[in-house]
Amino acid sequence: MNQHQKNPGVKIQLRLGTLAKKALPWVVPTSLLIVWQWASSAGILPSRFLPSPRAVVSSFIGLSVSGELWMHVRVSTLRALSGFVVGGGVGLLLGLLTASLRSAEILLDTTIQMVRNIPPLALIPLVILWFGIDESAKLFLVALGVFFPVYINTFHGIRSVDRGLLEMGRTYGLSGWPLYREIILPGALPSILVGVRFSLGLMWVILIVAETISARSGIGYMTMNAREFMQTDVMVVGILLYAILGKLADLLAKGLERYWLRWNPAYQTAR
Amino acid sequence: MPVTFTSRETTAADERCSRGVPVRLKSVSIAFDGRTVLENFDVEISAGEFVAIVGRSGCGKSTLLRSVVGLETPQAGIITVGNVAKHNGKPDVRVMFQDSRLLPWKRVLPNVMLGLEPALIPQARKVLTQVGLRERANDWPAALSGGQRQRVALARALVHDPNLLLLDEPLGSLDALTRIEMQQLIEDVWRSRGFTAMLVTHDVAEAITLADRVILIEGGRVALDDIVDLPRPRTRGSARFAALEERVLGRVLQRQPVVADPW
Repeated sequence: MNQHQKNPGVKIQLRLGTLAKKALPWVVPTSLLIVWQWASSAGILPSRFLPSPRAVVSSFIGLSVSGELWMHVRVSTLRALSGFVVGGGVGLLLGLLTASLRSAEILLDTTIQMVRNIPPLALIPLVILWFGIDESAKLFLVALGVFFPVYINTFHGIRSVDRGLLEMGRTYGLSGWPLYREIILPGALPSILVGVRFSLGLMWVILIVAETISARSGIGYMTMNAREFMQTDVMVVGILLYAILGKLADLLAKGLERYWLRWNPAYQTAR
Repeated sequence: MPVTFTSRETTAADERCSRGVPVRLKSVSIAFDGRTVLENFDVEISAGEFVAIVGRSGCGKSTLLRSVVGLETPQAGIITVGNVAKHNGKPDVRVMFQDSRLLPWKRVLPNVMLGLEPALIPQARKVLTQVGLRERANDWPAALSGGQRQRVALARALVHDPNLLLLDEPLGSLDALTRIEMQQLIEDVWRSRGFTAMLVTHDVAEAITLADRVILIEGGRVALDDIVDLPRPRTRGSARFAALEERVLGRVLQRQPVVADPW
């Protein structure tokens, strides 16, 4: 009887507990927003310094209704992804090659490690000279930046495949491509995906800089253009867009990890 | 190679002879970085025989096994697996290691199917049933216990219907009960299939439970080569079992530097 009365109370407490847990991460951003809006409305924060959240939202709505926003987002995303595919693809292939073939490693690795230490953004003056402010300039910079994390992690992943499994595979008659497909690639995959995640983050950083310096379209261009006219609300919309797109890229990488590494207890979702 | 199943009762000597292959090592020497592991090593194992190789850690028993499957290359000597006249082509040799070495990114059934045509799925399922893991076919290896993983590893070896099965301390990391179960399972499949078996172990009782013959390696040479003439299945309690265990253990311990005896 006593227990029967006790149970609902415990349940409600538990539900409140999980609700609080879910709400907790949003407490700080929400209060910041409230303070920001209050400061703008009260005139403490001048709009040429930082627009109010409401102004940002209305300019977001205005830009998306006119379609201008989506045009820029599409252009930027296309640039980012094509740079990622080119740079990541070359990084993956070269990583596989140098990790698998000793001669390829001796021939290429030193060169790659030297080039790696040059920040891709330091090449911007040269790149503008070579490609102008063409699409290929952005593609080149993003591809170059994305290349190294994928290359290094692929190399490391292949080198750290469990020797015992390789030995076992050989005693089961696997060699060449089957050995690669069944043991080496899946064994290296966790490490390769770390590289992919890292380079997805880098991809946006490089694109932002490249678009800010030289572009005629894209989010970076939109933001820089807004600066000319002191449209702080549009600038903030651009900055927030990068945050959202970066988060989306990270979610994509996480999703890939969850699917491809579902055999690994460390990546299984605890639900 | 198709898998043939024969029930345990009808296990005949002829079946045993047809699957198993002889193994011959002639004056084999293996050294690592100048340290001799096996020296002028000779051993002959006949087709279908179950041989246990015992010895202290580092005596070269694992190296011996690994050289038979080609994972180590001897500096000198000849290793022959199978009877060239009788078997066309290479005899099928499979290894079970101390750790199961299952591919963690493949589920149980695909692990058993490693290196096989998809058409052999029914055979793989049959072998999984034989080792008692039919229901776990779609699980990840990470979800299995250590003993279950070794069962999968055994199934993976058996699905090829090997002529020679090499067991490199496969039960070393299992608990005592699982170990006894696995010993029975290994003895059962060996009796029904009649492959040649080489078991490396540091457990003398295990060697005597399973093997027709116990070979003790010491200092890279054969120190003892005893036939285990006990009826199967063997019970550890019997006097003859105990006497044999005593004899082999005594020989193993003989070479140890003697600590001052309180007697």
